[in-house]
Amino acid sequence: MSAAEERHGAPPFFKGSCEKVFLRRFAGHMRDRKQGIGVAEIAVHGSAMEQAGSHDRTRALNAFRLGDKAFYWTTRICAILVLLLLGGIIVSLIVGAWPAIVQFGSAFLTTQRWAPSAEPPVLGALSPLYGTILTSVIAMAIAIPVGIGIAVFLTELCPLWARRPIGMAIELLAGIPSIIYGMWGFFILGPFLANTVQPFFIDLFAGVPVLGSIFGGPPSYLSLFNASLILAIMVLPFITAISRDVFATVPPVLKEAAYGVGCTTWEVVRHVVLPYTRVGVIGGVMLALGRALGETMAVTFIIGNSFRISPSIFAPGTTISAAIASEFAESDGLHQSSLMLLGLLLFVLTFFVLAAARLMLLRLEKKAGKQA
Amino acid sequence: MTDVSAAAAAARSAVPPPVPDTDRPAKIVTRNLNFYYGQHHALKDINLSIAANRVTAFIGPSGCGKSTLLRIFNRMYDLYPGQRVEGQVLLDDTNILDPRLDLNLLRARVGMVFQKPTPFPMTIYENIAFGIRLYEKLSKSEMDGRVEKALRGGALWNEVKDKLNASGLSLSGGQQQRLCIARTVAVRPEVILFDEPCSALDPISTARVEELIDELKDQYTIAIVTHNMQQAARVSDSTAFMYLGEMVEFGPTNKLFTSPADRRTQDYITGRFG
Repeated sequence: MSAAEERHGAPPFFKGSCEKVFLRRFAGHMRDRKQGIGVAEIAVHGSAMEQAGSHDRTRALNAFRLGDKAFYWTTRICAILVLLLLGGIIVSLIVGAWPAIVQFGSAFLTTQRWAPSAEPPVLGALSPLYGTILTSVIAMAIAIPVGIGIAVFLTELCPLWARRPIGMAIELLAGIPSIIYGMWGFFILGPFLANTVQPFFIDLFAGVPVLGSIFGGPPSYLSLFNASLILAIMVLPFITAISRDVFATVPPVLKEAAYGVGCTTWEVVRHVVLPYTRVGVIGGVMLALGRALGETMAVTFIIGNSFRISPSIFAPGTTISAAIASEFAESDGLHQSSLMLLGLLLFVLTFFVLAAARLMLLRLEKKAGKQA
Repeated sequence: MTDVSAAAAAARSAVPPPVPDTDRPAKIVTRNLNFYYGQHHALKDINLSIAANRVTAFIGPSGCGKSTLLRIFNRMYDLYPGQRVEGQVLLDDTNILDPRLDLNLLRARVGMVFQKPTPFPMTIYENIAFGIRLYEKLSKSEMDGRVEKALRGGALWNEVKDKLNASGLSLSGGQQQRLCIARTVAVRPEVILFDEPCSALDPISTARVEELIDELKDQYTIAIVTHNMQQAARVSDSTAFMYLGEMVEFGPTNKLFTSPADRRTQDYITGRFG
C-alpha cells in the first residue's frame, strides 16, 4: 500500500518502546482509513525519537536536573543576599550611631538644639524629625487627592485621545531627577511662592488664633511649605500611576452594574471603584509616602536647613535626610555618629509607616467581611 | 420633546412593528434600529415591540447582537466611545436615544442583571440599600423594610436574613445572582433586562432564577437574552430569533419553537448551526 504499510510490516525498524506500540496501533487505525501518508510521516518522526534512545533520555533529564539545582540555588542566594544586606545596613547603622546613643540616650529624641561645635556638643533630633513628618504629611495631603483625582479622570472621564499624552506626562514627571526639582524649587518655585502664595495666606489668616501662627510670616524663599509642595509634585506620579493601573483592573461589568442602578460617575468611583481597588491605592500611597520621607536632594535645596522648630510652615526647617546630606561630609566623631543615629531613626520611622499600612489593610479587609 | 413624540407617532403609523402578544400594550418599541461598533454594523433595522408585563426572550448564536440590543435599552453602550446607534427606541412613547435624556433616571427605570453576578464590594444590606439611597431618602426602619422586601423579591431573604452584614462577595454564585436581581428590583424599575443571567449558575440556582423571573413578570416587563433554548421556551411569552445582526423571526414562544416560519430559525432551534 504505502511506505507506512511497509514499515508497519517490518517490526525491526522499531526497537521496542511504548512509541512502537502506539505507532502500530495508530498505523492500524490509519490503514483502516486508507490514509497511509500520514502514518509515514509519523513513523519517520517516531524513528528520530527512537534513535535518541531511552539511555540518552535519562542523561538529558540529568542535565536538566543540574540546571534546576543551579537555578534553585541562584534564586535562593539572591533572596538570602537581600536579607544579609538589610541586616548589614541595620548593624552598621547601629554600630556607627552607638557613641551618640550612649552619649545622649532618649534625650536625643526630645532635644531641639543642634550644636555640634558647642563644648560639649548638644545634638537633638527633634527638629529634623518634626520637619520630616510635617513635610511628608503636607505633601501627602496635597498629593493624595490630586493624584487619585488625576487617575479617576484618566480612567473614567478623559476622552480616549488625551489619555496617553496625559498618562505619559505624569510618568515623565516621575523620571525627572530630584536634583532638578531642587534647582527648580530654589530658583523658580521658591521666589514665586514667597512673592505671591505665602503673602496671600499670611494676610488671609493674620490675627486668626491658631491658623495665624501656622501661616505666619515673614515669607521665605526657603521653607517647610516649599519643600512640601516639591515633595507633593515628586510623589504625585507614584500615586497616579498605581491608582490608574488598579482602577483599570475593575471589571467593566461591575461598573456597568453600578451605572445600571443609575449611579453617576462620581458614585461609581466612590462606592465601587475605590472600595474595589482600596488595597492597591493604599499601596501606591505608601510607596509615595516612603519616597516623601526619604527624599533628600530636592528637599536639601529648598528647606533652608535650619534646626529650629517654628510654628509657621513658611519658616525654614530641616528634615532627617536633608540634615545628613548637608552635614555629613564635614562631620566627625560624635557629630557624625549623631547623623548616623538620625539615619537609623529615619529607617525606623519608615519601617513603622509601612507596618502601620499593613495593619490598616488587614483591618479594612476584616471590616469588608471578606471571610464573613 | 413634542417633536420627538410626534416623530414617534408618525413612525409608528408608518411601520407597524411586530407585536406578538397583542393583548398587552407595548412597553418598548424599536424603530429601524441600527447599531455600530466603530465600523462594524452590529444591528440592522431592528423593529420590534416588547409587551408590558411579559417575558420576551432573545435567542441566536453568539455575536448575533442579542446582548447589544439589550444594552441599548438602558443606554449602557454610552459608556464606551466609538459605539453609536441610529433609529428610535420608545419607552412608553419617550425616545430613550435622545441625547438630552437623563441617563441615571433611565437606568433607574430600566434595570439590568448581568451574565456574571456582580455584587458590589460591600455588605449584603448595603448592596441593596445603595441603589435605593441614590433616589430616596429613607429612615433606617423604612430602609430595613425596603431591603427586606427587595431580598424577598429576589427569593434570597431566608438565606441571608441572619447575615445581612456579611460581604456580598461571601455568597455563592447563585445567591450572588439573586442578590443582583434583588438589587435591581429594589430601585423599583419598570423594565428588567437579563443578559444571560444563568450562564454562570448551576442547575438548581438556574431553576430558582427562572422561577423568580416568572414571579417578577407580574410587576415588571422583562427582556432576557439566553443561549439556552430550553430556558427561553420555559420562561418567555414571546421569543425573538436573531442572526448576524438581523431579527429573523419574532413571535409567541410556542409558535416560534413548534412551527418556525423562517428556515434559519428552524435550523437554529433544531441545533443545525449556532
